Amino acid sequence: MDHADIESRLRDVLVSELGLDAAKINLEANFEQDLDVDSLGVVELLMAMEDEFGVKIPDEEAEHIHTVGEAVDLVHTKLNS
Amino acid sequence: MRERRRVVVTGIGVLTPIGNDIESFWSSLMAGRSGAGPITRFDPSGMRCRIAAEVKDYHAEDHFERRELRRIDAYSQYFLVAARQAMKDSGLAFLPDDEAAARAGVMVGAGFGGMEAFIEEIRVLDTRGPDRVSPTGIPKIIANMAAGLASIEHHLLGPVSCVVTACSASANAIGDAAEIIRRGAADVMLAGGAEAAITDYAVASFGQSRALSTRNEDPTRASRPFDAGRDGFVMGEGGGALVLEERERATARGATIYAEFGGYGMSADAYHITLPRPGGAGAARAMKAAMADAGIRPADVGYINAHGTSTEANDATETAAIKIALGEHAYRVPVSSTKSMTGHVLGGAGAVEAIAAILAMMRGKLPPTINYEVADPECDLDYVPNQPREANVDWVMSNSFGFGGHNVALVFTRPS
Repeated sequence: MDHADIESRLRDVLVSELGLDAAKINLEANFEQDLDVDSLGVVELLMAMEDEFGVKIPDEEAEHIHTVGEAVDLVHTKLNS
Repeated sequence: MRERRRVVVTGIGVLTPIGNDIESFWSSLMAGRSGAGPITRFDPSGMRCRIAAEVKDYHAEDHFERRELRRIDAYSQYFLVAARQAMKDSGLAFLPDDEAAARAGVMVGAGFGGMEAFIEEIRVLDTRGPDRVSPTGIPKIIANMAAGLASIEHHLLGPVSCVVTACSASANAIGDAAEIIRRGAADVMLAGGAEAAITDYAVASFGQSRALSTRNEDPTRASRPFDAGRDGFVMGEGGGALVLEERERATARGATIYAEFGGYGMSADAYHITLPRPGGAGAARAMKAAMADAGIRPADVGYINAHGTSTEANDATETAAIKIALGEHAYRVPVSSTKSMTGHVLGGAGAVEAIAAILAMMRGKLPPTINYEVADPECDLDYVPNQPREANVDWVMSNSFGFGGHNVALVFTRPS
C-alpha cells in the first residue's frame, strides 16, 4: 500500500467514522488545530487507524502524530517494515 | 421574615412517544392516543414483554452533528431536544460572558442515564477487549451529562446538577430547581429529565421483576392505569424540560408565564426496593408536604396527574395515598394517568407529566386515563376515563414515585 492509498483510506475513515469535515482534510491539516479533534478524539482517531489498517500504535508513537500527513507516514512505515 | 422568592414557568418542551413537541403532545393527550407498539429498537423475541412506547419520527442527525452523536447518548439527546424547545419558548438566551448566565443553571433527572451506551460498551469490552472500548463511553453513560451538555449549549453557568431517583427523578429535578431559585442561588433554571432505556437489558430485567405488561398482542391497550385488568407498565422514553424563572424577573421582561410553581413535597417509603409501602402513607406524606409548601388545602387541588403506572401495586397504593392526603376531597378531584398514553418515561416521567398538568390547567382540559374499562374496587376515584374533560382548575398536582421508595409531589397554580 503506498502513501496515496493510505491517505485515501484514512480520509474515508476520518469522514465516515469520526465525522470530520472532508473539506478541511489535507496532509498538512493539524488534527487539533485544523480539524477540531480534542484529546478524546485523538484516542478515537488512533483506534480507527488501528482498525482500518490492522496496525498497533503504542502511545509513545501516537504522540508524534499531529497532522494527517504524519498519520499517513506512520501507517506507511508500519505496513512496510 | 423576608418574603419568599416566587418561581414561574416561562418555557416548556417535550419529546415523547405521543408527540415530539408541545402541540403534537397535547393533541395526542386530547385524542387519547397511545404511543405503544411492538418494540422496534431491538429484537424482543423470547422476552416476556415485547412492547413499548417508543419515540417516533426522531432522527438524531436532524438535531445533532454526526461528530456530536459519537459522544451523546440518546438519553442526553432527548433532554437536549426538549430543552431547546423550552429555552426557545422562554425567549431567554445567554451568552458566555453574560452576568445573567451565572445566575442560570440546569437540573436534570434521570433514572439510568446513558444506558444504551453502557450496554454497547460492555459488549465491546467483552467481545473485543479493553483496547477497543471508546474513550467517550463514560461521558456518554454518566447520568449527569445531559445537564452538563445543556449548560454548554445554552451557556448556563450557575448551579448545574443532576438527580437520580428512578421514576421520580425529573419531578425531584423540577422541585430542586425551584428551591434553588427560591433561595436566591439562581434566577433561571432549566429543569426536567429524560430517559432512553428501551434496551434489551432493561426490558429483560424489568420483565424479570414482573413489572411490565405482557399484553403483547394488544400494545395500545396494555397501559391501563387503575383498570382492574392492568398487568404492569409499558416502558416509554423521551424527555421534558421547563424553564423556571424568578417571578419578578419574568414579569419585568414581559415573558409569557404558563404557571406559577406552587409547592414541592417529598418523602420516603423506607420499605422495599421496588414495592410501595402498602396503604399509601408514604406517598400521602409527599402530597401533604407539597400542599403545605404551596399553602393550600386539599379542596384547592383541582386536578392530579397521577404516577399511575398501570402496575397492580402502584395504582392501588396511590389511590389510597390520595385518600389519605385529600380526605373526602379525593372523591371529587379528577385524577388521570397520562402514562396510559405515553407509557412510563421513567426518569423523564415527572417532567413530561408536570408539563401535562400545567397544559391541562392553562387550557382548561384534563387529559384522560385511556383504556379504563373495568373498575377495580381498590381504585375507586374519578380517573377521567377515556375522554378528556373540560375543567376550570386553579391548582394542579403531579405525583411521581420511584424504585427505592422515593415519593415526590409537585404543585402548580395559575399565574396571578
